Amino acid sequence: MASPTGPTRTPAKLHQGADAEGGVGDSPLRPDGTLKVTGEFAYSSDMWHEDMLWGCTLRSPYAHAEIVSIDTSEALEQAGVYAVLTYDDLPAEVKKYGLEIRDTPALAHGRVRHHGEPVALVAADHPETARRAAARIKVEYKELPVVHDEASALAEDAPLLHPGRDDHHAPHVPHPNIVHRQPIVRGDVASAAERADVIVTGEYEVGMQDQAFLGPESGLAVPAEDGGVDLYIATQWLHSDLRQIAPVLGLPEEKVRMTLSGVGGAFGGREDLSMQIHACLLALRTGKPVKIVYNRFESFFGHVHRHPAKLWYEHGATRDGKLTHMKCRIVLDGGAYASASPAVVGNASSHAAGPYEIDNVEIEALALYTNNPPCGAMRGFGAVQACFAYEAQMDKLAAELGMDPVEFRQRNAMSQGSVMPTGQTVDAPAPVAELLRRVKSMPLPMEKQWENVGGRADVRALPGGLSNTTHGEGVVRGVGYAVGIKNVCFSEGFDDYSTARVRLEVVGGEPVAVVHTAMAEVGQGGITVHSQIARTELGVTRVTILPADTQVGSAGSTSASRQTYMTGGAVKHVCELVREQVLRRGREKFGTYHPAWATAELLLEGGKVVTDGGEVLASLVDVLGDEPVEAEDEWRHRPTVPFDLETGQGFGHVQYSFAAHRAVVEVDTELGLVKVIELACAQDVGKAMNPQAVVGQIQGGTTQGLGLAVMEEILVDPKAKVRNPSFTDYLIPTILDTPTIPVDVLELADEHAPYGLRGAGEAPTLSSTPAVMAAIRAATGKALPRVPVRPEHIVEA
Amino acid sequence: MEFLRPATWEEALAAKAEHPSAVPIAGGTDVMVEINFDHRRPTHLMDLNRIRDLHEWEVGDETVRLGASVPYSKIIDQLATELPGLALASHTVGSPQIRNRGSVGGNLGAASPAGDSHPALLAAGAEVEAESVRGTRFIPVEEFYTGVKRNALAEDELIKRVHIKKADGPQQFSKVGTRNAMVIAVCAFGIALHPETRTVRAGIGSAAPTPLRATAAEEFLNAALEEGGYWDSGKVIAPSVARQFAELCSGACNPIDDVRGSAAYRRRAVGVMARRTLGWTWESYRASGMGRTTEGGAQCA
Repeated sequence: MASPTGPTRTPAKLHQGADAEGGVGDSPLRPDGTLKVTGEFAYSSDMWHEDMLWGCTLRSPYAHAEIVSIDTSEALEQAGVYAVLTYDDLPAEVKKYGLEIRDTPALAHGRVRHHGEPVALVAADHPETARRAAARIKVEYKELPVVHDEASALAEDAPLLHPGRDDHHAPHVPHPNIVHRQPIVRGDVASAAERADVIVTGEYEVGMQDQAFLGPESGLAVPAEDGGVDLYIATQWLHSDLRQIAPVLGLPEEKVRMTLSGVGGAFGGREDLSMQIHACLLALRTGKPVKIVYNRFESFFGHVHRHPAKLWYEHGATRDGKLTHMKCRIVLDGGAYASASPAVVGNASSHAAGPYEIDNVEIEALALYTNNPPCGAMRGFGAVQACFAYEAQMDKLAAELGMDPVEFRQRNAMSQGSVMPTGQTVDAPAPVAELLRRVKSMPLPMEKQWENVGGRADVRALPGGLSNTTHGEGVVRGVGYAVGIKNVCFSEGFDDYSTARVRLEVVGGEPVAVVHTAMAEVGQGGITVHSQIARTELGVTRVTILPADTQVGSAGSTSASRQTYMTGGAVKHVCELVREQVLRRGREKFGTYHPAWATAELLLEGGKVVTDGGEVLASLVDVLGDEPVEAEDEWRHRPTVPFDLETGQGFGHVQYSFAAHRAVVEVDTELGLVKVIELACAQDVGKAMNPQAVVGQIQGGTTQGLGLAVMEEILVDPKAKVRNPSFTDYLIPTILDTPTIPVDVLELADEHAPYGLRGAGEAPTLSSTPAVMAAIRAATGKALPRVPVRPEHIVEA
Repeated sequence: MEFLRPATWEEALAAKAEHPSAVPIAGGTDVMVEINFDHRRPTHLMDLNRIRDLHEWEVGDETVRLGASVPYSKIIDQLATELPGLALASHTVGSPQIRNRGSVGGNLGAASPAGDSHPALLAAGAEVEAESVRGTRFIPVEEFYTGVKRNALAEDELIKRVHIKKADGPQQFSKVGTRNAMVIAVCAFGIALHPETRTVRAGIGSAAPTPLRATAAEEFLNAALEEGGYWDSGKVIAPSVARQFAELCSGACNPIDDVRGSAAYRRRAVGVMARRTLGWTWESYRASGMGRTTEGGAQCA
């Protein structure tokens, strides 16, 4: 028997047959669902190749230090070690990469800028050997003072994180330690403030949340005979990775062939590169396949986090509850490298006013370069931080005016036709008041829901759970509301497109649609939706989804709530092209047999060509014969423009999505422990392409927002070192922390979007956090201006 | 790293004598985490899972003799009557999977101040049976914890069993964590009423370098209950007494600020737990007819 020479446990085609019917609007099973539930699904960490080596990364123990020397000799002497690489071994002129600004060294050169920055690489025949060898690399560091907040970043003698910047934001930022700054000015705040009967101000803080995806960074690089490399990788955007990897390897893009391997969650954390370049470098150096798998500890250093933020807000309103103006300043900590910081700044500023009509605004958002961990994309992307602050402000204003907080919001809620602070008119449904009405009208959970029939306490339903801290003592209920606004798709003039290739062919006497895109399925259910679209558009049952790779054009990123809109849109568009070809061929073959071929509107349904009146003209099998029909094309959403650098004006976003939450919490006011009892959500999704998946997205996003409210935070010490890089101390909600989440889905079509759909993934993450916090404030009477809230914040004055 | 797999207890003791740095492993819920995170590289790892005796327990007249490897899930399912405080503490350990693997022996071996079983052991009263080729010793649990993650075992000793006093009255356990399940203690509190001796014992976890008994609080409460005739009358404990007990429990703490919580919060939370758990146990004592029966149905003499 020949021994296998290729890699194993790499992605395979996913077929769905007659047992998984379901077009647009149905909720068919996921083609990858059974595999994932039974543990058979091959994640990127499961891949294997004969003779493969294991790569390991040596990382900086300091947040800011000069690298005085690196001595790799002892590591190289260790048996089983094939290569040890440092900056000096980088093969090309290009030694840095980055999503937007190429500022991140593939390996540190002369200086490390954050705790955990990669300094050297080892390839060995066993992962343990690689780790031991890495520990034998001698790096001499000289510690440097750390930049860790706005004051230290902008101080007169502040060390510059990136001296000599030449990126496109460098000319307009007020200080080189500011990555990007975006003001938005509209109306006349000063005179509006004079009309205000009440003015409230607030200072808020958001901690550093982690995406905490469960599948750690991992991949397999296989050197190829042509001098190139095949990279199997878990990522969010293959082509963006490719554009960054190839130059550092000194290879043309066509020699770096990438295939998406099984992705265990992303939430923005896989937008940036992690081990991609490293595995390729080691594979090309050793001539052997190299696998790298981070463990959980390393994963906390292997990807960017959500920007921690400080936010200052001022709002004014008239006595009758109309907003007069708002001012805010949002300072995001971008950490050592730019990552997605510029786009996060654009999002934070353009969503800073929330889903409200406010004619007079002065907004400023900026991201700093510091020695803290690099921060970038995470679900909600700048809009999360703003929503926490403006929703707290809404409650403060309502309290000041003696108004119901929901009614106050409804009075100021935007609707279709409202104008954003950027001057952009919202030209699709914006049912903000209606979403609030819906969550408010849901029945409230029973009082003392934790009491058993016999009057005894069920601790599982109380704050503290099985930790048995209360049997009802000190427990106070609170209810809170919040609503948010989030853009969908890439913004600010970005040429955002997706590519699809669809083939319709006869296999085993049945028509089969084969869909090929480079879309990263990261768990969101995109491939399920693609199958549904193909069924609806082409009238087939059987759909085969090919593995995503770079043999087809870019699909863009699985982020910004955009993939169903964009790659779903591309699949729909290309299916239409395929349908046209099929009908053309049908007319050629059978047109003479029935006049309807020439006169009627023709559809593909149930494997047949039918008229809009339902008359069958031919079967797809007969039309196709032995010759498949195939089409490929790029598809774009409507264009946007960049925000003006001084006024922030511009048609910057493609689409907006809205969600509202009502949180019901019970707080142990003596211990500061919180149990969220219920977190009801109403969201407009335009069109529920897959209603079950939509509810899943909303419940997942809601839970992630709850995590930010009450537990999730990466802590750094005064020297900018990460204190809790593990799931022991970086806590994410368990099922006992996850409340009942009733979901009310609205479907108000957006005429600009395919099927009228509205990206659904992020909006629920926004309003969940402030709703929980409003409920905790209602229960405790405390101001609680910071998330995540900790027990000591609740019990201490 | 060498992997030792003794088939019998005697072989294990001999191996430990020969390789004093060998780290014993049973469930692996603590040791494997440290190894996986590269926090620890023992020269020898000694697998105790072949020694079935360590998974056994015996219920005697006075004590439960609990094998070092008996998993928490067994304590919850089968020993909740005899060891109600420890069973409650076991409920708070990790996840179901961890409770199926982790054991009190492992908790003692690790001697983390945050170990969940310690406050319950301190409150119930327990002795650790430590053995080596040199012989056997019984170490009172309050003397077992000697520092952060340090215990009183000699380098050639292994924990064979823990002898825990059977409950002669109500017991309670409370733990504060910043999540409602699967969480390491910010601080924890165990309390046991002992109507036979008319004493109350209290154990505090994760609020000092070692788990500790709240001795001053116990002494105050014992005296107050005696003087007030509470044990006989079963009357509701005066709020001032409960408050003073809680304050003394807080005062017994010597906590630190760390990622899990502040020192001030820990002190405060221990006081709250002390007051509440005293109330719950005393209420059970009253409801049970003042010591004639106890919560969980255990009969007293």
